[in-house]
Amino acid sequence: MQTNEMTLEFDSKSENEGFARVAVAAFASQLDPTLEEIADIKTAVSEAVTNAIIHGYENKPGRVRMECKIHNGEFFVTVSDKGKGIEDIEQAMEPLFTTKPELERSGMGFVFMDVFMDALEVLSIPGEGCTVRMKKKIGAVSGKNG
Amino acid sequence: MDTTYEIQNRILIIHLSKELDHHSAVGVRYTADGLLEQGQSDSIVFDFTDTVFMDSSGIGVIMGRYKKVMKRGGFVGVVGVGPCIRRILEISGMYKLVENLDGKQEEGYAN
Repeated sequence: MQTNEMTLEFDSKSENEGFARVAVAAFASQLDPTLEEIADIKTAVSEAVTNAIIHGYENKPGRVRMECKIHNGEFFVTVSDKGKGIEDIEQAMEPLFTTKPELERSGMGFVFMDVFMDALEVLSIPGEGCTVRMKKKIGAVSGKNG
Repeated sequence: MDTTYEIQNRILIIHLSKELDHHSAVGVRYTADGLLEQGQSDSIVFDFTDTVFMDSSGIGVIMGRYKKVMKRGGFVGVVGVGPCIRRILEISGMYKLVENLDGKQEEGYAN
């Protein structure tokens, strides 16, 4: 399959979490994914976008950027913000770790991104923002796209 | 469809809407806690029959309500869980805290 790319930028508002999921699912559908693969991508993107809104911008105004790419049966998505960034990425990715227990954050966001995608990379400079890069092979089980 | 709430036999039953994410979690948490505060219920059953999406924000809602009903000697149950929601509950270890009460509706979810 040819390469295809898409970029969206939207306000850091919780209403846009659902929008980001619908948009990413529609774009990824070109790869003819299974329902489970689509659910995996939607969950991972939901976590990344929610993190940008809650932790990156701490519910203050900002812009969240989502870049998607399809290449050789693989789906790539990058979610980035220009918010406060992450001081200790290793700690942030530990299961159940959260800096916002008062908001009932479960500390499972990065766990879901890791479990549901094939590759996860988190880059951040404190004070400058955060970028989450993820990749998933579509059709890996059935081999129909491979 | 919006999330709806009912109380049966001191159990608060929360019929969740299509998606439980950070955006919708805020309202569910606020309403559920308000109803618990009224003192007519000490357990919670989350009904996922109409729900097709949940992320870690939903896990936060369940864990937060679990802590509250434990203080009241109650329990947390789930019903109507489909494959997508089941995977989220399994991966996050929620089945150690909450019981699947499918089929127990007729008995009023009594343990």
